[in-house]
Amino acid sequence: MNNRTCADRLVAVLGYPQLVNGWNAGQWSELVATARYFNLLGSLSVRFKEAGVCVPGYALRHLTGAQQLSERQHRSVLWEVHQLQTALGQIQVPVLLLKGSAYVMAGYAVGRGRLFGDIDILVPRNALGDVESQLMLNGWVSAKTSAYDQRYYREWMHEIPPMRHMRRSTVIDVHHTILPLTARYSPDPSKIISRALPVLDPCLAVIRVPCQEDLVIHSITHLVHEGELHNGLRDLNDIDCMLRNFEIDPGFWDRLCANAIDNDLSWPVLFGLQLVKRVFDTPVPVTVLNQLTQANQQKPSSWLLAIFDRALRSNYGNSQDIAAMTAQWLVYVRSHILRMPLHLVLPHLARKAWMRRFPKKNQTSG
Amino acid sequence: MDFFYTGYLRCGASEFIDLNVQVLHGRGLRRWWHPQVRFLLDGTESFFPLPSQQAAPMLEWGLNWCIANRPMGYLVIHAGLLAQGDQALMMPGIPGAGKSTLSASLCFLDNWRLLSDELAILDPESGLMQPHPRPISLKNASITLVSSFSQAQLGQVYTDTRKGTISHAACPASSVATSDQAARVKWVVFPRFEKNSSPICEEISKTEAFTMIAEQSFNRDRMGAVGFDALCNMLTDTRCFQIVYGSTDEGLQLIRSITLP
Repeated sequence: MNNRTCADRLVAVLGYPQLVNGWNAGQWSELVATARYFNLLGSLSVRFKEAGVCVPGYALRHLTGAQQLSERQHRSVLWEVHQLQTALGQIQVPVLLLKGSAYVMAGYAVGRGRLFGDIDILVPRNALGDVESQLMLNGWVSAKTSAYDQRYYREWMHEIPPMRHMRRSTVIDVHHTILPLTARYSPDPSKIISRALPVLDPCLAVIRVPCQEDLVIHSITHLVHEGELHNGLRDLNDIDCMLRNFEIDPGFWDRLCANAIDNDLSWPVLFGLQLVKRVFDTPVPVTVLNQLTQANQQKPSSWLLAIFDRALRSNYGNSQDIAAMTAQWLVYVRSHILRMPLHLVLPHLARKAWMRRFPKKNQTSG
Repeated sequence: MDFFYTGYLRCGASEFIDLNVQVLHGRGLRRWWHPQVRFLLDGTESFFPLPSQQAAPMLEWGLNWCIANRPMGYLVIHAGLLAQGDQALMMPGIPGAGKSTLSASLCFLDNWRLLSDELAILDPESGLMQPHPRPISLKNASITLVSSFSQAQLGQVYTDTRKGTISHAACPASSVATSDQAARVKWVVFPRFEKNSSPICEEISKTEAFTMIAEQSFNRDRMGAVGFDALCNMLTDTRCFQIVYGSTDEGLQLIRSITLP
């Protein structure tokens, strides 16, 4: 099965669900398998429901199953967020939810049917010590134990090592900024924190979500710096969905541009907008692209867009597709070069390759 | 495949595929040197490879794992499931409680229809159990016992697997032929085989049964409210029992007394 064309068909159906009218069982089979692979089965299910598309029973089973799983995950996110409020309520620092958990807690359409794993939060860097010890007092422990991993995260990254709850086994990633400290761009997280909004539930006093523009900017930045695009198509679908929903607000695009430029993220945002326009045909105004282009000395090259596009829509682990594998490898290496300067990235990648080949017992590698 | 899956429908070219499963040779050297076998779901390997002789059990274990883990809107319970007409008997139990042996005895000796010896599949919408007749997995002493039943056809015996000595009995052809007939649970029985024990039968409350079934469910938690409600509804019109027996005859006798009209 050619994954490129499968992914194209999935993207087409997400954009226009009525396309499936009159499809045969073989076509449905391929669509469901592709959506499952790209982690988009729950979102697809919601899309069909909203469009009132009639889905044959054999496919509906899988779509409903994914949607039930997503509803269960959302309930568990709600519970985890309440636990975070309990753990961090006393120290009175704002706790920003990022990505999936923010979509769900803010009640945005993009969260409906979405499947996800870990919870990502952003806290002010000066409160990091308090947050970490407060989380430890409430049952979360560091999931990475080797000295190298601890140093990798603490000195170079934008987050502390993932913390796993001892009883519930749920994982939270605690970020203090949105890009690695060693990265090329240096956005100021305090601007995002100061613009953040409270969530709907008044019991969750310390819990915040980024304002709509920052939410999109963060999701784009995250995707553009990501090295492994297993969930790339899903994340890009999130971005498409948010842009289409948020642009109804007057002034949204202007604020998006202003926030991106102000926070040293005009290049990643420009690249992300070009990518989402290319893949999902998102209606991004030309004026927005022009404005962001002017803010950059260097425009994203068309071959980089093509590489990302290819890597996003291809199947990981399919060793037959040389072009896709090359694209995936280039994205992986690029993400590390963006993340750290060359004198740090080369030893780090060498160590990772070594650890993968000869893993130490009872230890996981960064 | 021919031995265990003769009466089953074959999937045609352009049909809907629920599970895309492959059982393949080991990679590289492992194809010839201490050959191994791998199980793949949708092209992804989720288990460690096994020695190549165990390809058939690996397919069975792999399929069980797929059914238990793939969200398809069904509540999947670790239980033997048999039926007379459209009235089903569910026997949940921890591994080793004797549910597979008792399921085999009921279908080969007492003419019950086998819906599954391990995976009871409940459709929350209709409240009906979906038949999933596949080879019955037998362990250690039960292999000798079931091979003595005149109607039972056993496959190869595998010694030294991670579950001990195992074998499979082919599912009765009549159960395969009626695999499109769903059934409603009427009796829930928690069996426990205890050597030399005298037979005990005790009716238990639905609340107790709920808790024990929930423990034996693979995906009730992942299904959230839907799974909870489905299990509650299933128990509304059932009677629940706990039985202890020391021999197959006693076990069958207890089941007969419970299910007698």
